[in-house]
Amino acid sequence: YMTNSPTLIVMIGLPARGKTYMSKKLTRYLNWIGVPTKGGGVWGHPCPGLGLLPGNALTPSSLVCEVFNLGVYRREAVKSYKSYDFFRHDNKEAMEIRKRCALVALEDVKSYLLEECGQIAVRSSALKIDLHQGSSKLSGALRGLIWGWGLTVFFVESVCDDPEVIAANILEVKVSSPDYPERHRENVMDDFLKRIECYKVTYQPLDPDANDKDLSFIKVINVGQRFLVNRVRDYIQSKIVYYLMNIHVQPRTIYLCRHGESEANLAGRIGGDSGLSARGKQFSQALKKFIEEQEIVDLKVWTSQLKRTIQTAESLGVLYEQWKILNEIDAGVCEEMTYAEIEAKYPEEFAMRDQEKYLYRYPGGESYQDLVQRLEPVIMELERQGNVLVISHQAVMRCLLAYFLDKSADELPYLRCPLHTILKLTPVAYGCKVETITLNVEAVNTHRDKPSPKSV
Amino acid sequence: CMTNCPTLIVMVGLPARGKTYISKKLTRYLNWIGVPTKEFNVGQYRRDLVKKYKSFEFFLPDNEEGLKIRKQCALAALNDVRQYLSEENGHVAVFDATNTTRERRETIYKFGEENGYKTFFVESVCVDPEVIAANIVQVKLGSPDYVDCSNDEATEDFMKRIECYKNSYETLDETLDKDLSYIKIMDVGRSYLVNRVMDHIQSRIVYYLMNIHVTPRSIYLCRHGESELNLKGRIGGDPGLSVRGKEFAKSLAQFINEQNIKDLKVWTSQMKRTIQTAEALGVPYEQWKVLNEIDAGVCEEMTYEEIQENYPLEFALRDQDKYRYRYPKGESYEDLVQRLEPVIMELERQENVLVICHQAVMRCLLAYFLDKPAEQLPYLKCPLHTVLKLTPVAYGCKVESIFLNVEAVNTHRDKPENVDISRPTEEALVTVPAHQ
Repeated sequence: YMTNSPTLIVMIGLPARGKTYMSKKLTRYLNWIGVPTKGGGVWGHPCPGLGLLPGNALTPSSLVCEVFNLGVYRREAVKSYKSYDFFRHDNKEAMEIRKRCALVALEDVKSYLLEECGQIAVRSSALKIDLHQGSSKLSGALRGLIWGWGLTVFFVESVCDDPEVIAANILEVKVSSPDYPERHRENVMDDFLKRIECYKVTYQPLDPDANDKDLSFIKVINVGQRFLVNRVRDYIQSKIVYYLMNIHVQPRTIYLCRHGESEANLAGRIGGDSGLSARGKQFSQALKKFIEEQEIVDLKVWTSQLKRTIQTAESLGVLYEQWKILNEIDAGVCEEMTYAEIEAKYPEEFAMRDQEKYLYRYPGGESYQDLVQRLEPVIMELERQGNVLVISHQAVMRCLLAYFLDKSADELPYLRCPLHTILKLTPVAYGCKVETITLNVEAVNTHRDKPSPKSV
Repeated sequence: CMTNCPTLIVMVGLPARGKTYISKKLTRYLNWIGVPTKEFNVGQYRRDLVKKYKSFEFFLPDNEEGLKIRKQCALAALNDVRQYLSEENGHVAVFDATNTTRERRETIYKFGEENGYKTFFVESVCVDPEVIAANIVQVKLGSPDYVDCSNDEATEDFMKRIECYKNSYETLDETLDKDLSYIKIMDVGRSYLVNRVMDHIQSRIVYYLMNIHVTPRSIYLCRHGESELNLKGRIGGDPGLSVRGKEFAKSLAQFINEQNIKDLKVWTSQMKRTIQTAEALGVPYEQWKVLNEIDAGVCEEMTYEEIQENYPLEFALRDQDKYRYRYPKGESYEDLVQRLEPVIMELERQENVLVICHQAVMRCLLAYFLDKPAEQLPYLKCPLHTVLKLTPVAYGCKVESIFLNVEAVNTHRDKPENVDISRPTEEALVTVPAHQ
């Protein structure tokens, strides 16, 4: 009953339906919330309450979730792509290659989940690749193979009949695919559309009323306009469904910055609830000007409930929302101390933090891992929203940034988030473009790198 | 959250499909997380208007008199909805009726538009005769409509009542209703169709509805065993169990064994006293940081006497509004509810669970299950060494209180009469329970 068998997520759908986009995004999210820990209950299980995925105890640096993209396997097997003819369903030679790729991929999935202790594998492929027959046979065969391994399977199908969306997808991500090195747009579009036609011949969407009624799946229709959810069986599937139902593909920009320099910053003290310094107030004014110049449509502004972010937002002269969960990491007994004071008073704690900064929890306070868990609703709401400016704090901003830029737990606590600097994030293709904008108001540096290991 | 227009949730479905069950549960959840919500059951309006229910014939599609009264009731309910959302600061209204025709839904949708509400439909579709029969037994046989009937008579009449609706039932359709926002729940949650979720609150509603289930189960809530600080009348901290606390842990283990609970999950906080309590059970348990006791900030580990001495103003403010009051550098009950939401969501997903937590935390969880408002929540009685067994039944929750016969201090401080900031010390401390 404590079984937490690994999960295989299988993406299904015709080409250019956003499968790879969703796989990568989902993987990024699951890794961000699911980075495992030592500790937990009697059996060492990581716990949902820690924002982690129920599962086997894992070492902190291993990934929870990995994507296995069949297109990548195919490109390995067939060095140079010639044309859509490869994908014709009567192309026997190609079919053999594709079947072999699928089997290789499945073996890699198995090894990742069962031997390397990954928890979730996301297998992204257009449905047809594995078998000649349609989805129900695929599902059956996959199920057979996989239940033999003791895995839980969850299908994510993307269905889209809006030609504009499909054309936009092709332009956004296919034109720059390794399959089309010369990238002449019209040729790419033409070839790719014919490729899609090859699949359509035998595509059988998941059918909850008949063949597929016992499978666990979510069908995403027309980029999230509609969803069909069938037999969600556990916690992780419920989180996946909730996440997929909240993401969207409308263009927008997220701005992340810290509060203006505070009195505590000047004194080198961590935490507390101090107000802005003179330069911090200057920064707020500069921020106001910057925002006005950007001419952002319907910008939402979020702050924490600590004075320094609120004071920064006040200068903008616009409505803003305060989130308690955006408050800076709680340094417990070390609140309002300088690093020198902490080292003097709690030398062991100080050393432990440097050894394992992500997992380390201040006595009476929090860890970065705790922070990630409490920030999850912020991430979910950021996914739902359009243009947002989040005025937060150093540790908080590192956590949010790590989510958008897919940074590991090891890197997260050392990400650079200097004062008086705005990070402008714009989703593009499968990732996120980052622009760094320094607002030309001096501030202290609050970044502390990981010290090099001292000899004992 | 920023001001958004109010939301009108419209239930859709044949009788005995769980509409009222869903309405009440959703209303309870939304109120608990701080969204003022009220349900409006049209059947209740009908009972108020037509004093005595005679038979299913009232619902026959060609019963002109019946149709007139039913329409009148629907309009009266909508009028009250408008009052609640537009004049009484309600955020969400749940309109609980069959709403089985497109025409009726059109009327309600227009009503929403005219008043500036966002409309979200929740349809429950179920064809499993066993489920329907079970619903009838659970909630219809005891209905005021059937107070003078035998169970068989009531069931027979109710089945005929359902038939009255079937011919004109127009389920939400993927094509015809493609511009509406809705969730269609199939077979008590086997599958869902979700269309055009428009905003944050609709997304939360969908997530909640997709996580609840109706499988019978029990939730056991209790606090850690008595701690060393409890004995001294000190709040917060991270102490271990006292001698009696350890005895309680053993009694708890025995109690759990005797209850013979299938697949029981055990959850604790990450504080020593709950972990030590769980350890005695000898079963796997999960630790949740969000189950930690309310953070009393600067008042951590103080006695109430010390708080009165050092922070008399804070102490009085807390008595004035215990739900919203936030300890300096600490938390409020309101904060606690927000951080406990994932626990509630996971409790909804789970079946048999024992949650070993703390006084303030247990009050918040209990308030959710028993639908207690914010003013009462911080004063709910959750004594040490007492297990509350909650079993969902009909539209609510049955509570059994089981004291495990191990003595403990009382940690419950009632609201004193004088909450004025200038009150004398004795009046501030008059309700403090005894301690070492």
